[in-house]
Amino acid sequence: MKLHNATDRIEKEIVLRAPRSRVWRALADAEEFGAWFGMKLEGRFAPGARAHGQIALPGHGNVTIEIAIERMDPESRMSYRWHPYAVESGVDYSSEPTTLVEFQLEEVAEGTRLTVVESGFDRIPAARRAEALRMNDSGWAEQLENIARYVAS
Amino acid sequence: MSPHSAGWREVSRAAPVFAALGDETRLALVARLSSDGPLSITRLTAGSAVTRQAVTKHLDVLAMAGLVSDVRRGRERIWELELEQMEAAGAYLEHVSKRWDEALDRLKQFVEE
Repeated sequence: MKLHNATDRIEKEIVLRAPRSRVWRALADAEEFGAWFGMKLEGRFAPGARAHGQIALPGHGNVTIEIAIERMDPESRMSYRWHPYAVESGVDYSSEPTTLVEFQLEEVAEGTRLTVVESGFDRIPAARRAEALRMNDSGWAEQLENIARYVAS
Repeated sequence: MSPHSAGWREVSRAAPVFAALGDETRLALVARLSSDGPLSITRLTAGSAVTRQAVTKHLDVLAMAGLVSDVRRGRERIWELELEQMEAAGAYLEHVSKRWDEALDRLKQFVEE
């Protein structure tokens, strides 16, 4: 089995006990999106529109994230592109590849099934991935140190 | 809701990596390659109770999971860690994945309240 097949995308599925219209509003309304996602968003979500969000990262200050909306099919699908973990202030990410985030809504007995797929990670530069990991305290580097300690003890 | 509860379905194929690391000899090989860099089988087996043949088998398991790779140099195979693979593939995606779990937990609270 080749690992790289699994490295390009993340897929999540969750059932929300709320009607599709409610879930759609939480996605399609930039202010609501910002409220649950955890960022201050400026601009409106519409196909082709760009919104800018400010995320406060502990120890890293505020960083700006640009969300480029691609598709909005009311109560059904929404997609956008962004630079995942574009978290270093002062770095211009605009020339780097983006990932595509796709939300899909489906009515189920309990409410709404929401699927999120983020894809395109294989094209993200290794340096950027390493940077995201440095900001995460459970990276492989630390795992390797743990293994080394375990084996040495 | 925790990322482990029934409502979640996480499509992840990291299992071979964990299976490959779930053996003390292989863990030791990974630790050795991590601290001493690319090594030949001869050097990996020197001073060890494990036979050359056994080490080769373990390295092949690690290679199948994409964690190590080898290049032939003369008559020797030189093994090294696929650090980029381990870091970039495993941890990076896991990192992003966790962020989505957290965000979707917040979305759930947000729309269900």
